[in-house]
Amino acid sequence: MRDYDLAVTGAGPAGMAAAMEAASLGLSVLVLDEQPAPGGQVFRAVEAAGCDPALAGEFLDAGAALARDFRAALHPGGEVEYSPRSTLWHVDIATGVISVLREGASEEIRVSRLLLATGAQERPVPIPGWTLPGAMGAGAAQILLKTAGAVPQGPLVIAGQGPLTWLLAVQLLRAGAGPVTLLETGGKGALWDAFRAGGLWTGRRLLTKGLALVREAKRRGLKVVRGVRELRAEGEGRVQRVRWAGGEMACDTLLLHEGVIPSTHVSRALGLEHRWDEAQRCWRPVLDEWGATSHGLVAVAGDGGGIGGWEAATATGRIAAIDAARRLGRLPEAEAERRAAPHRARLAAALALRPFLDRLYAPAPEVLVPRDDATIVCRCEEITAGQVREAARLGATGPNQAKAYLRAGMGPCQGRMCGTTVAALIAAERGIPIGEAGALRPRAPFKPLTVGELAALPLETVA
Amino acid sequence: MSGPEVLVVGGGLHGLSAAFHLARRGRRVRVLEAGHLARHASGFSAGGVRTLGRHPAEIPLALEALDLWHRIGELVGEDCGFRASGQVKVAESAADLTVLEERAAALRAGGYTHEEVVDAAGLRRLLPAVAPHVVGGMVARRDGFASPYRTSLAFGRAARALGAEIVEGARVIAAGRRGGLWHLRTADGAEHAAPVLVNAAGAWGARLARHIGETIPLGFNAFMMMLTARMPAFVTPVVGATSRPISFKQAETGQVMIGGGHKGVGSLDTGATALDVERLAYSARTALELFPVLAETRIVHAWAGIEGVTPDDLPVIGASGLHDGVIHAFGFCGHGFELGPVVGDIVAQLATQGFTNRPIAAFAPGRFGGPAGAGTGAALPQPAG
Ligand SMILES: Cc1cc2nc3c(=O)[nH]c(=O)nc-3n(C[C@H](O)[C@H](O)[C@H](O)COP(=O)(O)OP(=O)(O)OC[C@H]3O[C@@H](n4cnc5c(N)ncnc54)[C@H](O)[C@@H]3O)c2cc1C
Ligand SMILES: Cc1cc2nc3c(=O)[nH]c(=O)nc-3n(C[C@H](O)[C@H](O)[C@H](O)COP(=O)(O)OP(=O)(O)OC[C@H]3O[C@@H](n4cnc5c(N)ncnc54)[C@H](O)[C@@H]3O)c2cc1C
Repeated sequence: MRDYDLAVTGAGPAGMAAAMEAASLGLSVLVLDEQPAPGGQVFRAVEAAGCDPALAGEFLDAGAALARDFRAALHPGGEVEYSPRSTLWHVDIATGVISVLREGASEEIRVSRLLLATGAQERPVPIPGWTLPGAMGAGAAQILLKTAGAVPQGPLVIAGQGPLTWLLAVQLLRAGAGPVTLLETGGKGALWDAFRAGGLWTGRRLLTKGLALVREAKRRGLKVVRGVRELRAEGEGRVQRVRWAGGEMACDTLLLHEGVIPSTHVSRALGLEHRWDEAQRCWRPVLDEWGATSHGLVAVAGDGGGIGGWEAATATGRIAAIDAARRLGRLPEAEAERRAAPHRARLAAALALRPFLDRLYAPAPEVLVPRDDATIVCRCEEITAGQVREAARLGATGPNQAKAYLRAGMGPCQGRMCGTTVAALIAAERGIPIGEAGALRPRAPFKPLTVGELAALPLETVA
Repeated sequence: MSGPEVLVVGGGLHGLSAAFHLARRGRRVRVLEAGHLARHASGFSAGGVRTLGRHPAEIPLALEALDLWHRIGELVGEDCGFRASGQVKVAESAADLTVLEERAAALRAGGYTHEEVVDAAGLRRLLPAVAPHVVGGMVARRDGFASPYRTSLAFGRAARALGAEIVEGARVIAAGRRGGLWHLRTADGAEHAAPVLVNAAGAWGARLARHIGETIPLGFNAFMMMLTARMPAFVTPVVGATSRPISFKQAETGQVMIGGGHKGVGSLDTGATALDVERLAYSARTALELFPVLAETRIVHAWAGIEGVTPDDLPVIGASGLHDGVIHAFGFCGHGFELGPVVGDIVAQLATQGFTNRPIAAFAPGRFGGPAGAGTGAALPQPAG
């Protein structure tokens, strides 16, 4: 069985930074990532997309540099081994044996420490009609743009809120999509509330970047409607129009976005402690200031530990790697503190604007708890909000019970799309806080693998 | 209002079925469940409703339970997802087929006709997608499967409707008899008392028994299950094999559930389970050998559930040999789901009239001859949730 000091899952900014730091501290490192190339969400396919003008800007420059440095750390005979197209699907937390699927075969690997740098996912936006073809997450559209250069044709609506809606609008307009309309769902008082959260001065560089995006979007002809409520998608067999309280508009493509949430699928499946973060309206693993979780084997870095953006992700990645070296006895305590200090400072700067953004872009209650009983919540099993409410009335006390009852979360997405909504619906129905309804406990495999792939595992001990 | 007449420890299917049958008889019953209902075996079960291949001692109970399953909606007010799909055990060799034929002959001699042997052609009518090496099998046509969690909640709801009290988050940590009553204390400090105590604590049943001085040998397994993505319908009955552990079925959703006895890792102290990936791979291999069409299907979930297992692979059902007013019903060894509807009625008979007309001698709590003592009185370690 192969054996490493540190396995890093995810080759986004957090994972790449962690791997480089750990290698520089003399640890043997394995980096796994499902994607064919390094970059993660934000810098997906950055090495290939380097010259695409639609994506150009500071992002690409920073991402390309990061990927270049990461590649340089992979020199032959070096301490970092990078395994692309590789999926972590199981962790035996008691023994430190992880199961990895690569090219149709599964392998078991022994690790002394496991860093989850699995990033963020888009918050599901379960409005009526969100499952119609032509409606999708804004992130999915961005992935198409980044990997395939695909630009949706015909009238396009981006509905929701958050920095990514503006970024995507600009990227789409640069790539020649159009006409593009942004339906902003934010509440009227959000801006004032957000100002009170502070952090604007420390975060002024990011803020300036954001304002530049807004200016470019308007210059390129983005139409913006503000204060949109009660959004619904409609159409025969596919999206043909969107409606909201007081308006409607025809469109061929509807891109929904209400921000991103930590991708806690693996950390929840491992039974690590999590808490409900009321400010970011999401679950996050409970971490100490080194990114260590409630279990001695596992740490979390990057957006998977709480949304902070890519610069924060690189800082937390480095800090978690330093902690790994310290725990494995390769770095004295004081030295670890000293090495971590500059990264902590960078982290604080990168997070300064967060409270402002969290308040500005807080999702409306109906995003978490769909009002309309007919709205589909679990796409895989086509389970509606009404069915979840009914299950809560029949005795389901949380999303795990609803899963056993309704199969919500038992489909191929394994609860990634419905877990939070189901918990919020049950909490609302029972009049308890979401934290009390509990988080859905996903099961291995963390990503589906085929019966054939599992059957092909070399069997060492079973007769 | 006066206190309960019966306290049931354990809110799995067996505790809830006991509560339901007691409430039907007009008894005041209170269920104490450490976590939430069906938190353990009854929530993780494969839900096979199987009389096929039962130990001879279990056959009368299993057949009676099967009749109840066929009218489960009348009994508890919902169909519990029960489907009479049949169950089939395949023979993968001539030797397997001989085993099945001998069993069928022995059953016929005992007057049972619910299991029939089918030849290769007959089997392929039942299982068109089965692998070529399969030479025949045995079928129980009235068997099927149901949804375990829904079933457990349905029994709980029906019991409540008849006046039973069900308390979740009530972990029993101490038990003792005083003044003709069983006094139970839960972790939150609450006290409960009643003349009769029903031990339906599943894999933890022997701990409760030992606490009151009765030694009943009980191990446990964390049985593993896998669930696939939807695939086109290719198999209707639940399928098992003659000489290797596998249980296999396709739900109406098209998802395939694979289980059948491979064991993961579990802890009685924490209630936590973990997968054993190599054994899981072994199950996948067996399933694939029987149904090659599965190769490209994705597995979306795998889990393990803790279940009590006795040395003779039969459950513990019956009145305590040591104490008055204690009835045990636990340790169902991985096949207690099917028996749920009837065992609760047996427990109710024992609790209300002191005897049952069903043959349960083989399940007697005292059959292992364990030493009886004064009771450890020691702390009663229990699952976390
Ligand atoms: C759809 C989407 C689009 C975004 N676009 C932008 C953007 O344009 N600009 C911006 O600033 N921020 C964007 N963000 C936010 C951005 O994700 C983060 O700020 C940043 O990428 C976080 O870096 P990270 O290293 O924590 O995770 P990520 O960059 O997300 O990297 C995580 C990596 O882990 C891999 N992974 C996950 N699970 C497994 C597994 N089980 N096995 C193997 N590999 C696995 C993933 O494939 C991924 O490559 C986006 C987020 C999302 C969800
Ligand atoms: C993976 C798997 C697949 C299975 N497949 C099948 C099948 O196909 N067909 C079949 O017939 N059977 C099957 N079984 C077996 C069947 O599910 C069980 O026999 C049955 O559910 C047992 O029910 P129970 O009520 O005895 O136990 P449980 O459901 O485990 O209930 C016991 C309850 O007691 C509670 N408890 C324990 N100690 C205390 C305490 N001190 N205080 C309060 N509460 C306490 C526990 O929290 C638990 O909820 C399977 C089992 C598993 C695990």
